[in-house]
Amino acid sequence: MEITLQEVVFGIIALMMAVCSVLAVTSGKILRAATALLFVLFGTSVLYFMLGYTYLGAVQLSVYAGGIVVLYVFSILLTRSDKNMNERIPRGRWFAAAVTVLVGFVLTLFLLFTNGFALNSIPALQELDPETVGKALIGMGKYQFVLPFEVVSVLLLACMIGAIMIARKR
Amino acid sequence: MDIHVISYLVLSTVMLFAGVYGFFTRRNLLATLISVELMLNATNIKFAGFNRYLFPGVLEGHFFSLFGIAISAAETAVAIAIMINVYRNVRNIQTDDISDLKG
Repeated sequence: MEITLQEVVFGIIALMMAVCSVLAVTSGKILRAATALLFVLFGTSVLYFMLGYTYLGAVQLSVYAGGIVVLYVFSILLTRSDKNMNERIPRGRWFAAAVTVLVGFVLTLFLLFTNGFALNSIPALQELDPETVGKALIGMGKYQFVLPFEVVSVLLLACMIGAIMIARKR
Repeated sequence: MDIHVISYLVLSTVMLFAGVYGFFTRRNLLATLISVELMLNATNIKFAGFNRYLFPGVLEGHFFSLFGIAISAAETAVAIAIMINVYRNVRNIQTDDISDLKG
């Protein structure tokens, strides 16, 4: 069984994402954690591109990696929390967290590997063209999404007003 | 030969539980929020992967991921505004120091 280019790329990206997501929660400096999060988000957008969801990958790149991480870095510097984060966690609390994570992880993997759905045949992956995405986003019929689109627009407006109201100087 | 759907699921599970671990152990509010972002991102990958591999004819998972990205952007903006406001009042954003609402 030969190894295709797609598998090699997926392996590299998956390794980078796993290592960076562990770094993002264990790193002692918060700026390094934010950088690791940035690499995880980049890797996620590559995964979307590989799935054929190019529009979703572009949104992931521009909104998450472009917008949210910049917001994080600015707020880290504004709140001066970039000093050392190696505070001691109480042993019992760390133990409880580790046990919870391990049990959850093993249970989820067990369910994934014993469930039959994962053995289904794999469809040929082709790119999802933007026309389909646009028509489904604006259409009003069945399996079309104009109502969530409008609701998200109102939510974004409300959150913009809320953020300005909370963070402004009085 | 394509990548099996289980690879996507295992990868996103690793991300999800890394986020859970960070959520339990971090003290800084911003670091907690970074862990929450990891968890949201893992669920988005799962939605997209399930949609693409198991139901390639419809677009529900794709749009769920899309709206999930939009909502988590909104959530991050409001959360960071709150944290900056807390920093102005308390001069610190460690979770142990923010106990005024405990009564």
